[in-house]
Amino acid sequence: MESGARQDGRSAPPIAAGDVTQNAPAVDRRALEGGGRAHARTALLRRLIHNRKGAFGVSVLLVVMVVAVLSPQVAPYDPNELHLRDQLSPPSARYWFGTDEAGRDILSRVMYSARPALGAGLLTILLAATVGAAVGLLAGYRGGWFDLIVMRVCDTLLAFPAIFLAIGIVTVLGPGWLNAVLAIAIINLPIFARLARASTLAIRGWEFVTASRAVGCTDARIMLSHVFPNCLAPLVVQMAIAAPEAILVEATLSFLGLGSQPPEASWGNMLSAAQGYLARSATYALFPGLAITLVVIGMNYFADALQDAIDPRRIRNRGPTGD
Amino acid sequence: MLAYLVRRWSALLPTLFLASLLIFGIIRLSPGDPVRMKLGTEATPEEVSGERERLGLDRPLPLQYLVWLADLGRFDLGRSQVNNRPVTQLLAEYFPNTVRLSVTALLLALLIGVPLGCFAALHQGTRIDLLITGLNSLGLAVPQFWLGMLLIILFSVTLQWLPPSGIGDASRSPLLNLSYLVLPVVTIAVLNLSTLSRFVRSAMIDVLSADYIRTARAKGMRERVVVARHALRNALIPVVTVLGIQIGRLLGGALVTETVFAYPGIGRLVVMSILNRDYPVVQGALMLVVLIFLVTTILVDLSYAYLDPRVAPHRAD
Repeated sequence: MESGARQDGRSAPPIAAGDVTQNAPAVDRRALEGGGRAHARTALLRRLIHNRKGAFGVSVLLVVMVVAVLSPQVAPYDPNELHLRDQLSPPSARYWFGTDEAGRDILSRVMYSARPALGAGLLTILLAATVGAAVGLLAGYRGGWFDLIVMRVCDTLLAFPAIFLAIGIVTVLGPGWLNAVLAIAIINLPIFARLARASTLAIRGWEFVTASRAVGCTDARIMLSHVFPNCLAPLVVQMAIAAPEAILVEATLSFLGLGSQPPEASWGNMLSAAQGYLARSATYALFPGLAITLVVIGMNYFADALQDAIDPRRIRNRGPTGD
Repeated sequence: MLAYLVRRWSALLPTLFLASLLIFGIIRLSPGDPVRMKLGTEATPEEVSGERERLGLDRPLPLQYLVWLADLGRFDLGRSQVNNRPVTQLLAEYFPNTVRLSVTALLLALLIGVPLGCFAALHQGTRIDLLITGLNSLGLAVPQFWLGMLLIILFSVTLQWLPPSGIGDASRSPLLNLSYLVLPVVTIAVLNLSTLSRFVRSAMIDVLSADYIRTARAKGMRERVVVARHALRNALIPVVTVLGIQIGRLLGGALVTETVFAYPGIGRLVVMSILNRDYPVVQGALMLVVLIFLVTTILVDLSYAYLDPRVAPHRAD
């Protein structure tokens, strides 16, 4: 772990000014490596795609993203257009996935639902990771009472099974897609905060941090440009793990009537409606659920492959440890 | 070990306290007026303020919280605002159903998941391993409510083998009502089974490459003994930690599954009470869920420390 540049003892606090400036670039480069430089990034990407699961995950994600962006162009019908003579019809050449109880085209609705689903996955992890990392970083770096409070809050949030906390929060905020996203972000917060804090605690003790302090870096600069890049890898992996989970929770909330609200199409609320017609249409409930499953599998594979690519020594197919 | 035990249990109370604060906050911040919900829109302002006073909702929030906490200490969770039954009575009625559902699902998951993961590890890289890991990925990705609906379409609507909802007739013997448990149990078990099997597989692969396994083989032990006595035993220790995750998943799974199958358990009680704004019931049920979740998590941690003595000193700091 110790690099030659940092082993010569010159990074200890009482140093001549000239020595410090000579050492500084080496320290910086070291700190940047965790964040990934250009060549490291392409290597990572290559490893990711060469992994069969990774390739599958990436392609599923790409397809769903294209559908999400281009749904008005690729969907055969308007998702809210009523075909009153074709209610609950089975799949046919006209309606590939059949129609729902109001005669709306299920394929079009499934396509339009890609947007709220992917949006929920992306937005929740961005929110949770940004806020969680900032709080965790500060808690780990500062310590003291702030750290104590942050950790107690995390413990409290983690004392709830995730879905119970999510519906509790949505009850306060009121049902809706954005509120569901906020709730899912909150249930994910403690995991990111803890991860960032743990990495910060480890990095804080490294010599290059002491060295940067010795050259007069401010705390903010040390945290942002030295500590943060070094705890990025576990955070990115956790984001990849949390995103499909977030999509599942958003679908569950919509299914319970607390997430995306009808008539806005979402996989969860389509399934909620389909529940009333299980006996009359066997295919209505089929396709929205298939869509969720496919996206979640794709994203899980992507997360797996990402972990393998970041740490090739990692034993393959280890189960997810976060919940 | 004793210090570890004391530390773990003593951390329970502050967390429970903070959780109770959060639950109280969630309920009081929720939109909608429970008094109006109860009395309807026809009620006169006098009736509303009288009812509000009777329920103690006119007092300042911190005081309301303290009163609630004191009642909680006496196991008095108030009464449902929908049917005026004591919340403790409701919980006592619904909770055993959830326990029955979750415990059966966990047993099923263990019974299938552990051998499956073990089998996949022993045949690592073969087609059978690929099939098992593929099924695991599928099990982890399938939304539980959708799986429940598919099972209803297949076994209740099409084949008409099993009832789609409810819990059966309480006056009949429990054995006759077992058919009501099958679909919900399977629905919950699939996720837990996949997690377990995936974890057992990777733990087993780890262990199988350990030196002591090579030693055991080298001294001429039969493969079956090596696998059962040396490998599986050690592989199962880390699996205990996944059980901690499973508890949260079981409770969450119960919430979703009970909703799909109209099964009268604690999860359905929470969902129904939230939709009805029946605050005392939501508070009581959430408190119970948190208590169970925390206690079982600690028990899992302690049993892990007991099974693997190396753990306790690590976690002590």
